[in-house]
Amino acid sequence: MFDFLDKPLYAEYGGILGAFWVTIELTFFSAIGSLIWGTILAAMRVSPVPVMRAFGAAYVNVVRNIPLTVIIVASSMVLADQLLWTLGGSDSREISFRVAVLGFVAYTSCFVCETLRSGINTVPIGQAEAARALGLTFFQVLRIVVLPQAFRSVIAPLASVLIALTKNTTVTASIAGIEAAGLMAAMIERESDKVMLVFAMFAVGFVILTLPMGMFLGWVAKKVSVKR
Amino acid sequence: MTEQTSSATPMIKATAVNKYFGDLHVLKDITFEVPRGQVVVVLGPSGSGKSTLCRSINRLEPIDSGTIEVDGQPLPAEGRALAQLRADVGMVFQSFNLFAHKTILDNVMLAPVKVRKQDKATARKTAMELLERVGIANQAHKYPAQLSGGQQQRAAIARALAMKPKVMMFDEPTSALDPEMVQEVLDVMTGLAREGMTMFVVTHEMGFARKAADRVMFMADGEIVEDTTPDDFFTNPRSARAKDFLGKILTH
Repeated sequence: MFDFLDKPLYAEYGGILGAFWVTIELTFFSAIGSLIWGTILAAMRVSPVPVMRAFGAAYVNVVRNIPLTVIIVASSMVLADQLLWTLGGSDSREISFRVAVLGFVAYTSCFVCETLRSGINTVPIGQAEAARALGLTFFQVLRIVVLPQAFRSVIAPLASVLIALTKNTTVTASIAGIEAAGLMAAMIERESDKVMLVFAMFAVGFVILTLPMGMFLGWVAKKVSVKR
Repeated sequence: MTEQTSSATPMIKATAVNKYFGDLHVLKDITFEVPRGQVVVVLGPSGSGKSTLCRSINRLEPIDSGTIEVDGQPLPAEGRALAQLRADVGMVFQSFNLFAHKTILDNVMLAPVKVRKQDKATARKTAMELLERVGIANQAHKYPAQLSGGQQQRAAIARALAMKPKVMMFDEPTSALDPEMVQEVLDVMTGLAREGMTMFVVTHEMGFARKAADRVMFMADGEIVEDTTPDDFFTNPRSARAKDFLGKILTH
């Protein structure tokens, strides 16, 4: 039943495991980037400097309302095809990968920012005041007192963002066939008698990826929660 | 700059301070000085502006006009200079405000290490001495939520003292405590007062005002209505508002 998987046509994806591995890589790098950029955005949105707050709010409200497909396709066509930015990649596959990660970071960081901001709101304002009263600077208050508690309170919602990101990486198929969804598209085209099987395979593949994420992060969330 | 300050410089000097919350005029032309070593208790009905005044002295509440000086230095605007000034002004809050994700010891050590750049061993030693002094050294490795209110507030006092402040501000330090825990906090504060700490205490504890204060400022409707010795205030209040206030709290 699964003989078709061995066709040399699919070997350039590294087979189904190879394709899913690229999905994992895309998710991993995008998640790290989104966490960093999202945290910076959240810091901007709570900062005492009006220009920073305005930039943070404008960025989030614009970028999160643009469809992801538009962001990814536009990044690819504008950055890679027109401006010829390679982002350090040496072949078209690598360039597509990097452009996709950049697009996912730009988009997902909005959701990280907003999730984190709701976490910041769970930290009693008095603790930030006490920290300021002790002579800590704004960034010290944020880094030492507010963000560590904010992160702990939003691990479970961040898991949802991570799961959404994992599935969103399939949009990469719209610029290059390098990951799971690309392989799925290729298979659907060629295995018209087995489309149900192909769909089921990829659906199960994603569930296998994301289900443990949610469970693991749920467990972490419980473990590190701050007692009040 | 700090070398210029002499013992004649008042520790706190407020001149014509005004503050509004929207249309509400919460501080009306407040002017006073606190000499070093003095223990000032601020009394007054709720909504009289006494907490706001306390919080404005280290600029947790910015004021709209007037000047506030701490040890001869005008309060700087937001930024590093303000942070430095705040480091010298200890503050104890009604709701303790301990950092919930850090142990009691880490709460006390944090600012000396991060702000004063003390090495950890020294900071730890000082912190343990302070916790010993406020009577909770055996709780050092617990988290705030594991302590009673009175213990948390004593930890908060130790945390403020760890910065070796020039002056200590107390914003209703016992108002959130169960009655049986009020005394343990007041005892620590009385001890501090005896050692000559300059203190600015907003409270409803009349016993503390009588026993430990050098001076009582009575506030009502954003003004300092009376400013006198505790004895004089409690036995011979001059204004109708002070008489009314004392009548309400001393009859029961």
